[in-house]
Amino acid sequence: MFMRPTAALAALFLMSTAPLVLAADKPTDPQIAHIAYTAGTIDIEAAKLAIEKSKNKEIVAFAKDMERDHEAVNKQALDLVKKLKVTPEDNDTSKTLAKAAKEERAKLAKLKGAEFDKAYIENEIAYHKQVDGALETLLIPSASNAELRSLLETGLKIFQGHEQHAEHVAGMLK
Amino acid sequence: MRPLLLVSMLATALTASPAFAATIEVTIDKLVFSPASVRAKVGDTIEWMNNDVFAHTATVKGGWDVTIPAKSKGKITLKTAGAVDYFCRFHPNMKGHVEVAP
Repeated sequence: MFMRPTAALAALFLMSTAPLVLAADKPTDPQIAHIAYTAGTIDIEAAKLAIEKSKNKEIVAFAKDMERDHEAVNKQALDLVKKLKVTPEDNDTSKTLAKAAKEERAKLAKLKGAEFDKAYIENEIAYHKQVDGALETLLIPSASNAELRSLLETGLKIFQGHEQHAEHVAGMLK
Repeated sequence: MRPLLLVSMLATALTASPAFAATIEVTIDKLVFSPASVRAKVGDTIEWMNNDVFAHTATVKGGWDVTIPAKSKGKITLKTAGAVDYFCRFHPNMKGHVEVAP
């Protein structure tokens, strides 16, 4: 929604390697919006990399689903913050996510063929699990605006669905 | 037209099964099929109205597969009797059920 794509991407990958580190204080709505948007953007960037690099039909189809869904969620998020006159605010969680995603993306970029496919889909499973956890335990309970909370709840269902979808695709690679 | 003829035409129309086929509507909102479970008869059509900004599918493992674009509709005419579970291929956490009577 509000952040630079690379930062958002970083967030996604960060989660796969380390637990999502969140500031001790409850995030504010502008920070939550920033984190959610970042998380979506990270997955879009990962999807673009997979679409570009993978030759596997299932992986490419999955990546296109990720790109389409997360762009739709992020568009809704942008529309909502505009309507609520909220300016997304960068924060340590977003920065940590962005940094980790950048590292993961660099790692993936070096891989090829089946190795890339396996690493991408495994990271997708781990990443979505991490985001699910953050949404459930921190972001949704902390959101004070009802519309923001509702959007996050839809986002949680999307992320949970993607996690199951990724697991299915991973099973097909074996 | 004579009443008797009219009655016989009506009877013909009614016994031809398409006249009885119903359309059952299922709404998709925020990744939920509603109602989640429906009853139908062979020949009936299920129509999904997708209110989400995401594309979904209604897919039966080893059976039918309906794509339902964002803010759009998808439908299928039921051809076989039996109870089936369906799900969305893009978001397998979305689940529905159809009971099809002969």
